[in-house]
Amino acid sequence: MTLDSILEKLWKTLIWAFMTFFVINVIAMIAVVVVNSFGTRWLGTWLPAAFTLRWYLSAWREFQLSDVLLVTFQIAGAVVVLSALIGVPAAYALARRNFPGKSLVMLLFLLPLLVPPITFGVPLATVLYRYGLAGTMNGVILANLVPTIPFTIILMMPFVEQIDSRVEAAARVFGASTWRLFVHVLVPLLAPGILAASLLAMVRTVSMFELTFLTAGPSSQTLVVALYYSVFAAGVRAGQSIDAMAVIYMMSTLIWLVVALRFVNPTQIVGRAKKARTT
Amino acid sequence: MADTSQSTLSLRHRLAERGIDGVTLLVLPASLFIVLLFVYPFAYGFLLSFTPASGDWLENYRRFFDDPYMYRTIWLTLRLAIPVTLLNIAISVPVAMQVRHLRRQRLLTTILVLPITLGTVLVAEGLLNYLGPQGWLNRAMILFGFIDKPIRLVHNYWGVFISLVITGFPFTFLLTLSMISGIDPVLEQAAATLGARARHRFQKIVLPLILPGLAVTFCLAFVDAFSVFPSAVMLGAPAGETRVISLAASQAAFEQYDYSYASAIAMIMAAVQLCFVGVVLALRGLFYKGPLGGGKG
Repeated sequence: MTLDSILEKLWKTLIWAFMTFFVINVIAMIAVVVVNSFGTRWLGTWLPAAFTLRWYLSAWREFQLSDVLLVTFQIAGAVVVLSALIGVPAAYALARRNFPGKSLVMLLFLLPLLVPPITFGVPLATVLYRYGLAGTMNGVILANLVPTIPFTIILMMPFVEQIDSRVEAAARVFGASTWRLFVHVLVPLLAPGILAASLLAMVRTVSMFELTFLTAGPSSQTLVVALYYSVFAAGVRAGQSIDAMAVIYMMSTLIWLVVALRFVNPTQIVGRAKKARTT
Repeated sequence: MADTSQSTLSLRHRLAERGIDGVTLLVLPASLFIVLLFVYPFAYGFLLSFTPASGDWLENYRRFFDDPYMYRTIWLTLRLAIPVTLLNIAISVPVAMQVRHLRRQRLLTTILVLPITLGTVLVAEGLLNYLGPQGWLNRAMILFGFIDKPIRLVHNYWGVFISLVITGFPFTFLLTLSMISGIDPVLEQAAATLGARARHRFQKIVLPLILPGLAVTFCLAFVDAFSVFPSAVMLGAPAGETRVISLAASQAAFEQYDYSYASAIAMIMAAVQLCFVGVVLALRGLFYKGPLGGGKG
């Protein structure tokens, strides 16, 4: 009995020690990038010799970051708007109606989330090249929509289910068409969900490496792909300059993530996604 | 006239009864999009893989399986993906068991979600510095006397392994946590009343209930780890022990411009994944399948 409780305490301590270890290492890893991006010379010491802002200036010029950032947010913006326009109505239909073949349609939307981007990315890029879309911004947007639309649908379904269907019935009784129902009833009520889905879709698109890498041309690279290329060409670029770019990248996703987390609980999202996947 | 309008009305009624009406049609644009940009490219790639630049229709697959440098990528990828996935699940379950009743759960989950959004490229870049011979980890371990001289953690198997744990653990943890918090606490309370200790409660109640879900989590995490790409290049030895299959596919497509061969590699990748997922899901069929909660679920 007492041995058991001692073991239980030990076990608990062990788990907490592991959690702390994991979190500390992740934070330290991020801190290294941040510190290095502000450092001058950093060789064989705990901290750089001095701190400077010049890497940010050189990253900005060398990598044409203003262009890359502009492209990144144009692509992410287009992906977010399109996936909301296409995904939200589909989520509404799936949450409210039962129709023959519904499970097949659900499978259709789950597959792009279950198959890793690199696997469908290669054939997708091939098709896009064939139609002259690869290497352009439109191609990158289309490729990024493939996982984002299903993601929006899965995320929005529980939000739709939370709305009392009597509200819609009332609107119908007063003669509202589906369009007016959407504009005047559903969109206002779904606003928090749409916002959350859009922000998470934004984060996903900004950090989506594989699909953008496979479909982007020189003028349609997003930040994450530009970052990869600059690491790949390391030796040519100063490491600190790459890290400055990484910090800018991190900030650009973190802001959206923190805003998104104000609206949704992450465990709810995956909980829901998991439920949908198993059924 | 009256007859036809009545029949279209009744057709509409009959369709509506089966759930097909104007609202149902809203699912069409999204479905069409996925068919055009997911199903079609996949089918196209499948067919393309059978039309090699030279040789008969099976030439691409023969080429892949004749070349040890190529077919070994499957083994190298599995050697990374399986241990990482098992480790992540093995850690996630006990941690989620501890964390589920925590008041500060939201803060912790937020911290854990961070690595997912950092993206593999940034994690790789951070780890290159952090784990390097002059990095903080090696310095700290030397300072505390664990090691005498820096150990090599990047540009090999372990660099990729660690980056996969960092990007994969948060994901498996969140899935496991949401499963475990979905279990009705009444079940465990009842067992506790009957004198079952924590370890037994876990073995007899929690584990059987989450096993089917864990199988799905395993599949998702495995698929994720199996497609490892940027970190294998940046943190690993892309010509040697971490030459993963996705790297082989992208090289065929973008260095040799052989889309037919690249598609064949992508299809082999998908086949290996589906085999693995199929086996896991078949095993899952042996376990209890039902609601996690009592009553209201």
